[in-house]
Amino acid sequence: MTTLSREEVEAIALLARLHLERDEAERMQAELGAIVDYFGALAGVACDGVEPMTHAVPAAVPLRADEPEPSLAVADVLRGAPAVRDDLFVVPAIIPGGD
Amino acid sequence: MARGVLDIARGVAAGETTATAEVDACYARIAARDGELGAYLAVDADAARAAAAAVDRARAAGQPLGPLAGVPISIKDNIVTRGLATTAGSKMLAGWIPPYDAHAVARLRAAGAIVVGKTNCDEFGMGSSTETSAFHPTRNPWDATRVPGGSSGGSAAAVAADLCAGSLGTDTGGSIRQPAALCGVVGIKPTYGRVSRYGAIAYASSLDQIGPLARSVADAAALLEVIAGRDPRDATSLAADVPDLADAARATDVRGLRVGLPREYFAELDPHCRGALDAAIAALRDAGATAVDVSLPHTHLAIPAYYVIAPAEASSNLARYDGVRYGVRADARDLLELYTRTRAGFGTEVKRRIMLGTYALRSGYYDAFYKKAQQVRTLIARDFEAAWASCDLLLAPTTPGPAWRFGERATPLDMYRADIYTLSCNLAGLPGASVPCGLTSQRLPIGAQLIGQPLDEPTVIRAAAAVEARVGFRGLA
Repeated sequence: MTTLSREEVEAIALLARLHLERDEAERMQAELGAIVDYFGALAGVACDGVEPMTHAVPAAVPLRADEPEPSLAVADVLRGAPAVRDDLFVVPAIIPGGD
Repeated sequence: MARGVLDIARGVAAGETTATAEVDACYARIAARDGELGAYLAVDADAARAAAAAVDRARAAGQPLGPLAGVPISIKDNIVTRGLATTAGSKMLAGWIPPYDAHAVARLRAAGAIVVGKTNCDEFGMGSSTETSAFHPTRNPWDATRVPGGSSGGSAAAVAADLCAGSLGTDTGGSIRQPAALCGVVGIKPTYGRVSRYGAIAYASSLDQIGPLARSVADAAALLEVIAGRDPRDATSLAADVPDLADAARATDVRGLRVGLPREYFAELDPHCRGALDAAIAALRDAGATAVDVSLPHTHLAIPAYYVIAPAEASSNLARYDGVRYGVRADARDLLELYTRTRAGFGTEVKRRIMLGTYALRSGYYDAFYKKAQQVRTLIARDFEAAWASCDLLLAPTTPGPAWRFGERATPLDMYRADIYTLSCNLAGLPGASVPCGLTSQRLPIGAQLIGQPLDEPTVIRAAAAVEARVGFRGLA
């Protein structure tokens, strides 16, 4: 059985920007280990020279004319935001000491 | 038998009923039944009645009506609806009112359909039983102690209990076909790219498709015909012409059709399902098809491949729920804490999949997990391509067994294994449908799955209609 260390679980959670409570992290550690084990079935499959399939439809990147089109009204978009000032989204200070 | 999409549209157009009467009757049934079933997360009776009144005025004025005029339709809650709360079954979006309609919803409205409400689903579509909805479970109308399947469980339950004439769901790994099978209704997952994903809240973008659920093949085909077609706002939507699907649904003769029976899909089938599946095979033979034994040898790898690829894409797609632009926000001292504390609001299954995806995409692990899973995806797609040499269509069970009891699939892997027969179709991007083909001895519905070649929805629908016409399945409503 693959064991994920507590440190690994915490490192993944940080990469994913997820805060996990202590009991959640413990449960996640056990469950992810079992699932990753299950993924082990993939390891034994011979895939040399097999192209990875990134999409169901082999489509070239479609291009369109570079012409402006109407988009959503700013007020409509901001209505769903948790904090807004002067038509902008408000977030906590990124630079220490900033506002 | 409850009237369906086409019956109601015909009745409204002929003046035998009105859109207002249909919508009122629909809300009366919701009021009577949905307290028990929990199929809906939100309804908007005022907007629906206004839309119905507009249809009735248009008819009175002699204006042309759309093909779905006056038909009450529900929309899975991970598809955005302008002015109507949309949460994707997540507390992260509680109270959010979308400023626009998904392409498929706009198409339905333009055809005269009336959106009556939003149906419950597993959070962001991540689940197979609708139990991961952050709000409440949905009960299976056939047996309220059992799950309706998922993730479009609210849509399937609402259609089965006649709390709408039809519904839109999404299918990333079986989320339309599986609940349709467990609730005894018809569900179609179109070819990847057939229906625009504009306004579908993204889970795994290379797999997600919007599709219809309804009580008959013809009704589902009618909904699909309206929502299908190129939309420049979804770069993956296909330019292919939309065929006459209503015509396909009327033709119940499948003479000369070679139906492949993939042996891997029948190997571990619950004995309770066997009789119903045999009836579906017999129905197609009776309608003129021949059955062919085929093999899809990489089927057993669909679960690990899917549960690497879908969580990897999800971990990227769900990065947008950071407490800045929409949805809920947690109190925080700095930006990193804003992200991590806000995102603590995801439910357990969503967190698990974000963690899995992040694990698989992590530097140093990418080749072993994500790239390998994508290579296996190629092998799975090649299995289908090889099968098309000897058959035109595949018939298989939709699910390994009937609806299970709440809590019965206790571990994540138990739940993931329930998807074994539906995942490959998404991985290969093929069209698939589930059509009811019988009941178990406990009176639980069983679905037959029809999987077609890319863009060959007409053959899938033709075969589904042939099964439907011959197995004599009687729905609840």
